[in-house]
Amino acid sequence: MAPLIEVADLRTHFFTDEGVVKAVDGVAFTIPAGKTVCVVGESGSGKSITGRSILNMVPYPGRVLDGAIRWQPDGAPPVDLLALDPKGREIRAIRGKDIALISQEPMAALSPVHTIGNQMIETIRLHLGLTKADARARAAEMLAKVGIPRPKDRLDSYAFELSGGMRQRVCIALAVACGPKLLIADEPTTALDVTTQANILDLFRELRDALGVSILFITHDLGVVAEIADEVVVMYLGQVVEQGRVDDIFHRPLHPYTRALLGSVPRLTRHRPERLPTISGMVPSPFERPSGCLFHPRCDRFEQGLCDRSAPELDRYANDRVARCFKAGAGS
Amino acid sequence: MLTYILRRILFMVPVTLAISLVAFIIIQLPPGDFITALTAQMAENNETLDPETLAALRDRYGFDQPMIVQYWKWITGIVFRGDFGQSFEWSRPVADLIWDRLGLTLIVSFATLVFVWVLAFPIGIYSAVRQYSWGDYIATFFGFIGLAVPNFLLALVLMYLSSRYLGASVGGLFSAEYVNADWSWGRVVDLLNHLWVPVIVLGTGGTAALIRIMRANLLDELKKPYVELARARGLSETRLLLKYPVRVALNPFISTLGWILPTLVSGAVVTAIVLSLPTSGPLLLNALFAQDMYLAGGFILLLSILTLIGTLVSDLLLAWLDPRIRYE
Ligand SMILES: Nc1ncnc2c1ncn2[C@@H]1O[C@H](COP(=O)(O)OP(=O)(O)O)[C@@H](O)[C@H]1O
Ligand code: SF4
Ligand SMILES: [Mg+2]
Repeated sequence: MAPLIEVADLRTHFFTDEGVVKAVDGVAFTIPAGKTVCVVGESGSGKSITGRSILNMVPYPGRVLDGAIRWQPDGAPPVDLLALDPKGREIRAIRGKDIALISQEPMAALSPVHTIGNQMIETIRLHLGLTKADARARAAEMLAKVGIPRPKDRLDSYAFELSGGMRQRVCIALAVACGPKLLIADEPTTALDVTTQANILDLFRELRDALGVSILFITHDLGVVAEIADEVVVMYLGQVVEQGRVDDIFHRPLHPYTRALLGSVPRLTRHRPERLPTISGMVPSPFERPSGCLFHPRCDRFEQGLCDRSAPELDRYANDRVARCFKAGAGS
Repeated sequence: MLTYILRRILFMVPVTLAISLVAFIIIQLPPGDFITALTAQMAENNETLDPETLAALRDRYGFDQPMIVQYWKWITGIVFRGDFGQSFEWSRPVADLIWDRLGLTLIVSFATLVFVWVLAFPIGIYSAVRQYSWGDYIATFFGFIGLAVPNFLLALVLMYLSSRYLGASVGGLFSAEYVNADWSWGRVVDLLNHLWVPVIVLGTGGTAALIRIMRANLLDELKKPYVELARARGLSETRLLLKYPVRVALNPFISTLGWILPTLVSGAVVTAIVLSLPTSGPLLLNALFAQDMYLAGGFILLLSILTLIGTLVSDLLLAWLDPRIRYE
């Protein structure tokens, strides 16, 4: 079956005063229709910028240098979203309607001076062309769907009147309001407390089953991945280092970085420790990218003369898996 | 909201009274009174007043009574009879002197406010959205000049330019034939012809400041997630810009309502003198020098009330614009 969207050889760099940040440097993966793909990696690995690149809205001073985002819903001929004018009509018709974003900060993602209803009705009318009354009814229906009590009254509330969890529900309702085919959820649970996180994850699963929507779920938390992913893309310093089905990734990781990430999660339960998992060594500064394999300064399988000299390619392995490591085939 | 408005309006009453009392006391603080100022002035011209006349004057104006009694007479006169007392220097009721000047002051303030808003709003937005573009650099350059050049200098330059190249009579708000005329269409046109010079002089600094504030605020807002999310919802750049970040960055504009009047009155005296504007600043300054206390007091009181009203209106607008304030 053809994937819903294909990210090919994406390279998005930031041209800052201090130098070029290769935020995304050759990322490729696909999202099958109706599946949830998790993108994991430590902070700064380029997850968010990958998500923004898909919507063709990379913030200044970033620029997409290369690559294609092939959008092919329902077997339609693919459209390269990166070839569209980032401010033009065509991409705007897709944003918010076919592809919706849910951001990391429910606190700040809603306007502080407009009601929830105002923003929902605006989006619904923009994409679905409903009358004001119909759009309002649909907005209330969406709030009900994401489990917000007294949805009709809530339309007239402001974001600051709601708790963090409720705000994230509103953001999710806003994202699914126009019947999208793909949700890009950028760390949607990171800012929430553990109980609320679990509830929001449940909501994502419900919506996926009820709406058949594909989800690109960005997180640095493997515990979350275990709960929601069909497929996993592991990123490090702007590159994909491994992709595969969730069971394979968890039980037979090919890449040392994936293994290290897994090793740093003590138990895959809902009651994770508050501290984020850590791996030995630090993520290098974006301006001091290591030679050869980008992971070699932190790798426990590092081989002198090989890993620091040449860069491994993203190779295919059995079970539709890919990994970027010279030693990936060697078994573990 | 309604209770908020009511509370604010009720709150204004004691504040106004307190201001009037403080104003009255401060006006009386310098040693001596109008009579001593008058005798000093006459002595300079080698004239003297005989003691009987002086005593009669003192008696008439109640200078020998305790200050609180004087204050009480003054404030009750204003509140119950609209009587602001008599100007010693002009020998006319204060009310007659004040209203005209106050009206013109308000007109100049309002015109300046409109000038400041109309310029600062689009330029501020442009500067932020096209940060580091040529237009932004130009706006920044003129902004700093606008902030740095003192008003009186700007006034002199404008007066020179307009009399040299436009052949216009500058200074004042009216041409000679209209100064003391009754209001007519011709007088209004004449006013508008003169108004632009003081408006530019008085408004340039504020415009420059407001452009900087708008630019900084908007740059902050543009980075916020709600702007990105509005973009991700499919809104066009113009629409999302005006509806979200500009709206949030608008607060300083509203606040100008509150400060424009006091700056015009206190800071603009020099300008008003240079431009010989018949506004309240110069008259107030004179009145203070001459210890013409009822005239000065009346001015200070009315200007304070106007400032309070300006602040109130701006606070109400802010509350209307920003629900976070409204719900506090
Ligand atoms: N606006 C920006 N300006 C400069 N660099 C940026 C900007 N946004 C992101 N980056 C850089 O791009 C890299 C990837 O960022 P991001 O995608 O946000 O990482 P992640 O989401 O995985 O934590 C980081 O090194 C970050 O510093
Ligand atoms: S290529 Fe070498 S350094 Fe890189 S992950 Fe594999 S073993 Fe480690
Ligand atoms: Mg991120």
